[in-house]
Amino acid sequence: MPEGTTGPRRTSAEVTGPRRSTGRQAVIALVEGNTGTDERTATPDPSYVHLLRPKILTAVSRASRTGDRRHGWRWTIVGAIGLLFWSFVLFVLTRVLTVFRNTPEIGALLAGKVLGLVFISFFMILLLSNIITALSTFFLAKDLELLVSAPVNWLTLYSAKLTESMLHSSWMVTLMAVPIFAAYGWVYGGGLLFPLVAVATFVPFLIIPAVCGAAIVILLVNAFPARRTKDILSVVAVLTAAGVVLLFRLLRPEKFARPEGLKSLVDFITLLRAPTAPYLPSEWVQRTIMSSLNGRTDWLPLYLLWTTAGAALVIGALLHQKLYTSGFTKAQESTQRWVRGRIVRRTGHFLLKPFGIVRRELVMKELRVFFRDTTQWSQLILLAVLVMVYVFNVKFLPLSGAGITFFLVNTIPFLNLGLAGFVLASIAARFIFPAVSMEGRTLWLLKSSPLPMRALLWSKFWIGTLPLLILAVGIVGVTDALLEVTQFIFLVSIFTITLLTFAVAGLALGLGAVFPQYDTENAAQIPTSFGGLVFMMISAGLVGGVVLLEARPVYGYLAAEAFGGVANPMDMYVGFGLAALLCLVCTFVPLTIAMRRLERLEL
Amino acid sequence: MIQLKALTKKYGTFTAVDAINLEVPGGQLFGFLGPNGAGKTTTLRMIAGILRPTAGTVHINGIDIARDPGAAKAVLGYIPDRPFIYEKLTGAEFLRFVAGLYGQDGPVIERRMTELLALFDLLEWRDELVESYSHGMRQKLIISSAFLHKPKVIVVDEPMVGLDPKASRILKDLFREYTKRGHTIMMSTHTLEVAETVCDRVAIIHGGRIRAAGTMDELYASVGAGAKGLEELFLRLTGENAARELVEVLDA
Repeated sequence: MPEGTTGPRRTSAEVTGPRRSTGRQAVIALVEGNTGTDERTATPDPSYVHLLRPKILTAVSRASRTGDRRHGWRWTIVGAIGLLFWSFVLFVLTRVLTVFRNTPEIGALLAGKVLGLVFISFFMILLLSNIITALSTFFLAKDLELLVSAPVNWLTLYSAKLTESMLHSSWMVTLMAVPIFAAYGWVYGGGLLFPLVAVATFVPFLIIPAVCGAAIVILLVNAFPARRTKDILSVVAVLTAAGVVLLFRLLRPEKFARPEGLKSLVDFITLLRAPTAPYLPSEWVQRTIMSSLNGRTDWLPLYLLWTTAGAALVIGALLHQKLYTSGFTKAQESTQRWVRGRIVRRTGHFLLKPFGIVRRELVMKELRVFFRDTTQWSQLILLAVLVMVYVFNVKFLPLSGAGITFFLVNTIPFLNLGLAGFVLASIAARFIFPAVSMEGRTLWLLKSSPLPMRALLWSKFWIGTLPLLILAVGIVGVTDALLEVTQFIFLVSIFTITLLTFAVAGLALGLGAVFPQYDTENAAQIPTSFGGLVFMMISAGLVGGVVLLEARPVYGYLAAEAFGGVANPMDMYVGFGLAALLCLVCTFVPLTIAMRRLERLEL
Repeated sequence: MIQLKALTKKYGTFTAVDAINLEVPGGQLFGFLGPNGAGKTTTLRMIAGILRPTAGTVHINGIDIARDPGAAKAVLGYIPDRPFIYEKLTGAEFLRFVAGLYGQDGPVIERRMTELLALFDLLEWRDELVESYSHGMRQKLIISSAFLHKPKVIVVDEPMVGLDPKASRILKDLFREYTKRGHTIMMSTHTLEVAETVCDRVAIIHGGRIRAAGTMDELYASVGAGAKGLEELFLRLTGENAARELVEVLDA
């Protein structure tokens, strides 16, 4: 087998085709053969389907791997989790919608309002996701060099890349939408034609943000100075995301859950009747779906959806025709040629002096690679959105007014720890889990150097954990302050989230080394691997376990505070002690296993 | 066949290619030499239509690539220095895809594909995924893809990197025979021996400017008086201080 190959090699008996001829004669035969079409005059124009063919073949190749046993059971697990999720959403939404349906006057209005809010969120997610994906598919993808140097018509390239971008950005929202449409159709008796209405409404709803995302990216790549376009775009995307989140929060969906704040039922009905965002496609989807379910289909919003999608496609294509070539050139020029890192280097050297040269250089390398890798920037955007949504949602929790007790005010922040734990796990999955995999192409260098794997792993651990710890303590501290919790709950929150951070980081790094993806170049793809799923499942178990172990002592304390009496100190020691032990085990055991794996690793 | 007029490329204030004028007629194998960062790859990428020049024009087979990119690219084959191949496609699928990009398919392409794969010892790997190919095999596959549609002009960046001696020899023969039949090949290379033995004409680029161009004899006559070989001539034009600096570094 040739050096560096991994695939099976077939025997020469299996080889078909002409007898292998090499040397000068073969060359002459080849170049003299009239097998080419040297005398062509017309410009070739590969079709849209042809451009998508490698992607389709790649998907088929990946899917066919599920035939083997190892991948088979992996997909079974993923499928089972997906099915469980669908069933859960369907079950909860069906229950809620059944209650709405049985509520006269306002039931149908509430159902429509909820659908509108869901689709406004979908629209914003799709827009952001399409911006990030379009940057990659239109300007950074590796196959562009091949496609742009070939005689491919601009419209064909635009259509193929737009389709690719739309599919990548929309599949998750589409999966989410299925149980939602199913629940509405089921509860309101949509009938056999309802799936068709849903599809006819949903397709233009996906096209509009895809075209907008691609158009925004083309404009930005052209507008900003050539150098550092990607970095600037990332910052712009952060601001866009922040704006989108703020807009969503200004709509204050929770006010619909607290109708006692309004003066009368008439006011509430007026609020419900008012459109959420009349000029957004999400409102048109809601109006089409609800009118169809009520038996009086309103065609105007469906017409608006399709005409807007059509107009967007035409404008997007024209923009592409005018600006793509110059944008593509600028995107290639945007590589930063000079990096001014003197101050950072000096500060780093000063701060990391006690750790020695090896650890210092490892830490500095990690930081530099992280902040210069633009694929990590898109992750940071998602992180910023996640944290903002989280803090805003806590801020707007309706935890004051009639019927809200001391018990509830302090229990919810405690349970909030569980949610914060999941946020932590998803952040660790994005930033810490890929850390070992990202060394894949440089492991030859690290393994051939006198660097102990222990030092490599620990420097990665601290680089990942410290920012995570600051973030975790920050969001828990801020949300606790917003909710005005007691000092005890505040201390418990900080203690727990600190231990959880170490444990989640240990699990992420350890499992990332146990399930490495050395061949991947894009860190964004690593968390969605099988190992990433295992990490998320174990993390969920850890977070749930810690909350359960601490529930008893916290309940004891709150009961004592609310109803008088003294909490049992033994409950405290056992509950918090076991939670701490669980966290320490989850920190050190995966790291030890990872260290052994790395030391034994043969390249 | 290839005509560059005042071709310029600037990255901010840095000029990577500085008003190059160059003409490569049909039937020639043209070597493009220069030290790292001299502007070779940038020039080739502009010829391939991947980079838009800051100023100047590129004509392929008489067609201005900026005015009619489709027609210019249709007669061009480009082999980049760091080629990308779809990992999850087989070698044959990849070649069919590239042929399709140039509007070609059917038994003619199948036959030519088989011939090219056989030439480069890849026939038995045609139905294996590219992800299982070694570096050299990928390089051979990319080279095959550039010859598949029999382009009038081939632009190739560092073709010999990663090739075994046999493949390297085949490639040199292929280049020579291809140009004998009226086609044009422009290749950048660091391997001076290859340039000296294979190329009809060479140009040496340094700091974004053409320092010398012509046949070997013309180069020796104009700037290489007394030079013992292309290496010495190359160093004279691009960095004659290198040897002295080397000694200084070693002695430091």
